[in-house]
Amino acid sequence: MAISRRTLALVAGGALLALVPPIAALTNQPFYLDLFRRMMIFAIAAVSLDLILGYGGMVSFGHAAYLGIGAYAVGIPAFHGVDNGWLQWGLAIAASALAAAVIGAVSLRTSGVSFIMITLAFAQMLYYLGISLETYGGDNGMRLAGRSRFGGPIDLREPAVFYYVVLAILVLLLTLGNRLVASRFGMVIRAARSNEVRARAIGFSPFRYKLTAFVIAGGAGGLAGALLANQTEYLTPDFMHWTRSGEIMFMVILGGMGTLFGPVIGAVVLLLLEDVLSALTTHWQIILGPILILVVLFAKRGLFGLVAGAETRDG
Amino acid sequence: MSINFALLLEQTLNGLQYGVMLFLMAAGLTLVFGIMNLVNLAHGSLYMVGAYLATAFTEKTGSFVLGVALALPATLLVGVVVEIVALRTLYERDHLDQVLATFGLILFFNELVAIVWGRAAIFTSVPPFLSGHFRVLPGLPYPTYRAVIILVGIAVAIMLWALVTRTRLGMRIRAGASNRTMISALGVDIRQLYTFVFGLGAALAGLAGAMAGPVYSVQPGMGEGILIQVFVVIVIGGIGSIRGAVVGAIVVGMADTLGRAFLKPLLATIISPPAADKAGPALASMSIYLLMAAVLFFRPEGLFPARGRS
Repeated sequence: MAISRRTLALVAGGALLALVPPIAALTNQPFYLDLFRRMMIFAIAAVSLDLILGYGGMVSFGHAAYLGIGAYAVGIPAFHGVDNGWLQWGLAIAASALAAAVIGAVSLRTSGVSFIMITLAFAQMLYYLGISLETYGGDNGMRLAGRSRFGGPIDLREPAVFYYVVLAILVLLLTLGNRLVASRFGMVIRAARSNEVRARAIGFSPFRYKLTAFVIAGGAGGLAGALLANQTEYLTPDFMHWTRSGEIMFMVILGGMGTLFGPVIGAVVLLLLEDVLSALTTHWQIILGPILILVVLFAKRGLFGLVAGAETRDG
Repeated sequence: MSINFALLLEQTLNGLQYGVMLFLMAAGLTLVFGIMNLVNLAHGSLYMVGAYLATAFTEKTGSFVLGVALALPATLLVGVVVEIVALRTLYERDHLDQVLATFGLILFFNELVAIVWGRAAIFTSVPPFLSGHFRVLPGLPYPTYRAVIILVGIAVAIMLWALVTRTRLGMRIRAGASNRTMISALGVDIRQLYTFVFGLGAALAGLAGAMAGPVYSVQPGMGEGILIQVFVVIVIGGIGSIRGAVVGAIVVGMADTLGRAFLKPLLATIISPPAADKAGPALASMSIYLLMAAVLFFRPEGLFPARGRS
C-alpha cells in the first residue's frame, strides 16, 4: 500500500516542528523558537476546540476562558510560592474541566445561536472575575513568579526543553484525539451532530456524551493555558478576552474543522500572518479582518484539505 | 453608605436608562436574527460608528441635536453598505460562518475608527440645554440628559411596535420572519426587505451610540462590551422576539445597575466589610450572566420564545 498524502503531510509537519530548535540554534535566531512554541500552544487550544466544534458541532465561543483558568491555575500557586509543575498543571486541567462541566451543563440545554451566545457570556463572566482578582493584579495582570518546576531533566527555563515539552503534549493530544473521535464515544458525538433526533432514536442520550466531550476539550484548553502562562511568564485577564476566543475559533476554521491536524496548521498560519502584518503596520487588524471574511466566504474547507488532499475530513 | 429611598429611586432610573440603551441595540439585533436568521456580532461596531459620527457631526455643526440627527442616516447608510457588500451572502450560511465573518468586520471597524480618530478615548459633554437636573420628586434631582434618553427609548419602542404591528411594511416583516420562501413567492422583494430591516437595526444601534457619547467614553472597541450584554438581553428575552427584547433589556439594565450600586452594602451586612469590598464588585459584574444562566436553566428558549421557530 502506498503511503497516503495525508500520512506524508503529517510526518513532514512533525519533522519540521521537531527541527525548529536545532535550526534556531544554528542560525542564532532564538526568536523563532519562541514563536513556534507559541504557535504550538495555541495549536493545542485549537485542537481541543476542534474536538467539540468540528466533531460535535458545538460552536463554543468561549474557549479562551479555559486558557485563562489554566493560566491562573499556574499563576496563583506560583504567587504563593508553590512552583511544583505537576501540581500546577494538574490544577489547571482539573479547574478548567470543572468550569467546562458547569458551563456545559447549562449551555448544552440550548443549541444554535443561544449556545454561541451563552458560551460567550460565560467566558465574559470569567473575564470579569479575572479583572476583579485584585490580589493577583486585577485588570493589569501579574508577572509569573517563575516557570513551573518538574525536577529532573525537565527544566522549562531551558527554551529548547520547554519547546519539546510543548511539542510532546501537542503530539499526545493529537494521538488521543484521533483515537477518541474514532472510538464508539466519538461515533456518538458525530452522530449527534449530524442528526440528534436519530441518535436519540437508536437509544443514545447525546447530552451526556456531548457534556463529556465539552469537559475533555475544556481540560485540554486549560493545559494550553498553563503552557501559555509559562510561555509569556505573565498572565492577564486578557487571556480570556472574547477576541481570543474568536481567534482560536478562526484557527480551527482556517485549518479545516473536523480534521484535528488542520487546527495546528491554522494556528501556525494565523500567528505567522499576525506577525508579518503587525511588522508592516500597526493597523494590521484592518487587513486581518477582511482576510478572515474572505476565508469564511470562499475557503471554508480549510488549509489541511489543500495540504493533505481531499477526503481528509473524517467527521 | 446606607440604602435610602432617594438613592434607590435614582439607581432605578439609572437602571431604566441603561435598559433603554440595551433595548435600542437589542431591537435591531433580534429583528435581524428573527428575519434574516443572521447572527451579527458587528452590531456593536454600528453602535461605535454611530457614537463617532455623532461626535464628529456635533463638532462640525456646533449643535448636539443636529449631530445626532445627522449620525442616524449616516449610520443607516453604513449599515446598508455593510449589508450589501459583506452580509448578504451570509444569510444562507450556518451560524459559525456568520459569527466568524462578522468578527472579521469588528476587527476592520475597530481599526478603521482608530485610523480616523485615534485610539485614545474621546470625551464629549452633554449639551448645555440638557446638562441640568430636574426634580423627579421634591428633594430628588435627576440629570435631565439621562431622563431624555429614557424618553427617547420609550418613544422608539412605541414607534417600533406601531411599525411592526400596524403598518403594511410591518406585516411584511412579520411574514418574512415566519416564512421567507412563501413571502418571496407572493411577490415581495425579500432582498429589499432584508436591506431595509438591517438598515433600521443599524440606525437604532447608531442612535444608542450617539446618545451614549456624553455618558460613556467614545473609543475603539466600545461596542463590544455592550454587545455582549445585549446578547444576554436577547437570550433572556427569547431570540427573535421584540417583546422579549424590551423585557430582557429592562431586566438586565436594572440587574446590572442595581447590582453595582447595592450588592456591596448588602453583602457587608452579611459578611465582613473588607470581604464585601472584594466580593461585591466581582459579583456585581457577574450578576447578569448568573441571571441568564438561571433563566436558561428553567426556560432554555428564553422568556418570550418567538413563534414560528423551532
